[in-house]
Amino acid sequence: MRTATRYWLGTAAILAFAVVFIVPFLFILITAMKTQQEAGLLEFTWPTQIVLLDNLREALAARDFILIIAFINSTILTVSSVAIMVIMAAMVGFVLQRRPSRWSGYVNFLVLAGLIIPPAVVPTIWVLQGLGLFRTMPGLILVEVAYGLSFSILLFRAFIATVPRELDEAAIIDGAGPLRLFFRVIFPLLRPVAVTVVVVQSVVVFNDFTHPLYFLPGEQNATVQLTLYNFQSQYETQYNLLFTNILLITIPPLVMYLFFNRQIVAGMTAGAIKG
Amino acid sequence: MAITTTTSSAAPRGAAHARPAGRRPRSPYPAWFFLPAAIIYTIFFLVPTFASFYFSLTRWSLFEFEFIGLENFVQFFREPALVTGLVNTVVYGVVTSALKVVLGLLLGVLLTSQIIARGFLRSVVFFPVLVSTIGVGITFQVLMDPFGGPINEALAAVGITGPGWLTDPSLALLSVALVDVWKGVGLATVIYIAGIVSIPQEYFEAARVDGAGPLHQFRHVLLPLARPATVTVIILSLIGGLRSFDLIWAMTRGGPGFTSDVIASVIYKQYQAGFYGLSTAGNVLLFVLVTAIVLPLSRFLNRKEVEL
Amino acid sequence: MRNQTSPRGRLRMIALAAGAVLALAGCSAGSLGSSGGGGGGVNLTWVLDSNASTMKAAESVAAAFKAQNPDITVDLESRPSGSEGDNIVKTRLATGDMPDLFLYNSGSLFQAIGPVQNLVPVTDEPWVGTLEENFKRVVTADGNVFGAPFGSQMTGAILYNKRIYAELGLQIPKTWSEFMANNAAVKAAGRVPVIQTYGDTYTSQLFVLGDFHNVAASEPDFAERYTAGQAKFATSPAALKGWQHLEELHDLGYYNEDFPTAKMEEGMRKLGDGEGVHYPMLTNGITTLAVASPEGAKDIGIFPIPGDDPAKNGLTVWSPSAVYIPKTTEGAQLDAAKKLQAFIASPAGCAAYAQGVRPNGPFAVDGCELPDDVLPAVRDFQSFVDASAFSPALEFLSPIKGPALEQITVEVGSGIRPAADGAALYDEDVRKQALQLGLPGWD
Repeated sequence: MRTATRYWLGTAAILAFAVVFIVPFLFILITAMKTQQEAGLLEFTWPTQIVLLDNLREALAARDFILIIAFINSTILTVSSVAIMVIMAAMVGFVLQRRPSRWSGYVNFLVLAGLIIPPAVVPTIWVLQGLGLFRTMPGLILVEVAYGLSFSILLFRAFIATVPRELDEAAIIDGAGPLRLFFRVIFPLLRPVAVTVVVVQSVVVFNDFTHPLYFLPGEQNATVQLTLYNFQSQYETQYNLLFTNILLITIPPLVMYLFFNRQIVAGMTAGAIKG
Repeated sequence: MAITTTTSSAAPRGAAHARPAGRRPRSPYPAWFFLPAAIIYTIFFLVPTFASFYFSLTRWSLFEFEFIGLENFVQFFREPALVTGLVNTVVYGVVTSALKVVLGLLLGVLLTSQIIARGFLRSVVFFPVLVSTIGVGITFQVLMDPFGGPINEALAAVGITGPGWLTDPSLALLSVALVDVWKGVGLATVIYIAGIVSIPQEYFEAARVDGAGPLHQFRHVLLPLARPATVTVIILSLIGGLRSFDLIWAMTRGGPGFTSDVIASVIYKQYQAGFYGLSTAGNVLLFVLVTAIVLPLSRFLNRKEVEL
Repeated sequence: MRNQTSPRGRLRMIALAAGAVLALAGCSAGSLGSSGGGGGGVNLTWVLDSNASTMKAAESVAAAFKAQNPDITVDLESRPSGSEGDNIVKTRLATGDMPDLFLYNSGSLFQAIGPVQNLVPVTDEPWVGTLEENFKRVVTADGNVFGAPFGSQMTGAILYNKRIYAELGLQIPKTWSEFMANNAAVKAAGRVPVIQTYGDTYTSQLFVLGDFHNVAASEPDFAERYTAGQAKFATSPAALKGWQHLEELHDLGYYNEDFPTAKMEEGMRKLGDGEGVHYPMLTNGITTLAVASPEGAKDIGIFPIPGDDPAKNGLTVWSPSAVYIPKTTEGAQLDAAKKLQAFIASPAGCAAYAQGVRPNGPFAVDGCELPDDVLPAVRDFQSFVDASAFSPALEFLSPIKGPALEQITVEVGSGIRPAADGAALYDEDVRKQALQLGLPGWD
């Protein structure tokens, strides 16, 4: 490509991308900096008076610090479900890849089914109630694990195929049992793909709205996505606080993205190409 | 992207030889490794899925249920609102999926060419994939407000009267679909980038030697060779689109009236109203719809791939 | 009332916004005296829904009660509202796990919690004689009264701007045609005749729900026949009126331009400013009015949604929730609980309530006076109640309310669906609910 075209096209692309993809985020940011009256106008203008800190304080303090409670809830939910998911999926992926048997076909089928089938919500509530887990954090964590397993297994299985079998054999000759083989030898080698799974699933679970809505209802159980949704009706004219809230819950994925840019993209594509 | 290359599900068979016939030595790859995952998956996914087939045939209040045969499904098709939901689901899935393919491909080509700020642009287009759907929904609800919302104000500045994006019954669903594309096109783009990058350069060089222009190269080299990426984008966005709930709920709640309801939002409304059997019947319908569309399509697309 | 999107449920949610921090404060205030448990004192636990204004009012009532009865301490315990709360109340009653007293809806939801099996009747208590008749009926089962009213009554009516009415020389309309004449005059004066706010979908139901007094006036047995599956909105001329009104006003362009997205708070602001002159709403919205337009609120009054017969002009009224005692409360606890119930249903109880939250309508107890600082709209409400020109809302007379009403009224009010179609569709929705409840007379 000629240099002139490169620059011309590049500049046009930057402009177009800025308008389409950056302006909405900018709108969130500047609205979060405005006073209530100014934010209420919903205009795309620079704030005359920047009150971001006041807005932050007010949004966090609203309704007995529900947002902070929600951040704690979301953190517990994300960390626990992703941790469980990673270990279990790695174990399944490992055996599934290493020991093909008459089971493998069924397991593979179930894994794919988990990707395609929409979860049956009310029967899940019925199961959760039967187990005494409805409206509890452990219940929601297990549900998230169940829904996230398929995708994680696919990633692990694909990656384990690239780990040489000689390593297993060496460890077996050294007298390692299955548990030691897996946790001491194989699992440490899975670090790259584990990071991908952790990052991708964290984003998914953290941003999940539907399942907390169904399985963890109730004011004090709110996760961050639910607070946002509840705040929408409450901040009818307090757009500054609503958008401060949006800004706050956009920060964790942004930080993730800055740190793990490459893994996220690799993981999303890998999982996508499998699906 | 190395991961993507080893996707074949036909696992190596070498290990099978190690096992002597008849006796079962302690395997280093014990089947009980499946167990923890299998228990959770069975209890929280398989059991509810199978139970849904039964509960969809009941009138159900969570405390008690009564078998009523296919009445729920009859009810579903009696109500125009629910039928609208069915049609809307398909429209939404097809529109978002088609737009993601077209735009994802174009952006993929653009972002694999030698333009400036390529890395930055790739990051920018992908970021919306990661942020909260509800946050995006609320933001665009405000941006698309027909009375003084920034989008229509901007259009007015250049002399165009913007439509009621979310309030016009004929537009509401499409507006939400557009936002869905805005949020999800980054993933399609990245998949295309991965697909395009993996095409060996020799093909393009050979085409150039034959005197093929850029359009010809795109049509006869890039498009067929990026086919696996296309299949992935189609299947993935169809599954997502047909099951979509968050964005629609955040932006219109199925409104105005019922005009942008999809099956997933109907399921939620029936749940909210306490019609658990009916809600579950909706779930079964969604299950049937997704399977009936995605399975044959993916089989068809994958077969064509082999023939190439 | 059944689901969270019903008027009351939604209003509760919105009320939460007003004084958010109070929910927990309520709990702690209730437990202030609990440390000194010795000396024969009684500790009562009172369960109520967790919205801020309910909590605030209950806190104030509990404190006033404690001042009169130093040996009884009242702890407040919050529960979720909406259908989730319904389930919790039912489960706790069924398992014998309900604390000493609880607050719950009156009317059909009250009938659904098995009052005769589960609750302590209070028919012979002296305060029962002072209850407002309508209220007494909606907490009665099998000839026994079970609850004491907590809070004010609510009506669905037309809020109007008295200042603009005076400017334009308009009279309060007693019939729909007078109302339409007023609307034409308002329109000619360059103002919005009727405010609609479909950004909050539940506000679209008022022309249908609030018209019930008129339906009952011309078809007194409508509720009964409706419950039995005989009377339908689409086929009853009186019940169809509300739907037609909604359509007629839309077709004449009488709504504010931004009605598809405006929210209730904006509607109240427009009303207070005089930008719009009529706003059909529930009187719970007065709280929002006072915030959205503090000055304008003083100019706002209410009148009933007009029907055809000026002689039968009157309000459609929602009864307040009530405080009940479960049968599991016994002995000293029961005596103390009954004392608290009597206090709640006394003028002193009303006064304590009003100190916590400014009431938006008359209390359902004789001798309870509204405080002097209530807005004119609340006074207007009181005057209709004093004149006995009102009927209970349909949801107090029938257990069936279709869950999709608000979506259908949005469609009719937006011109997406004709009135007759909307009414017929709602009849289908009602049928669905009736089947779910297993009522007789529905196939």
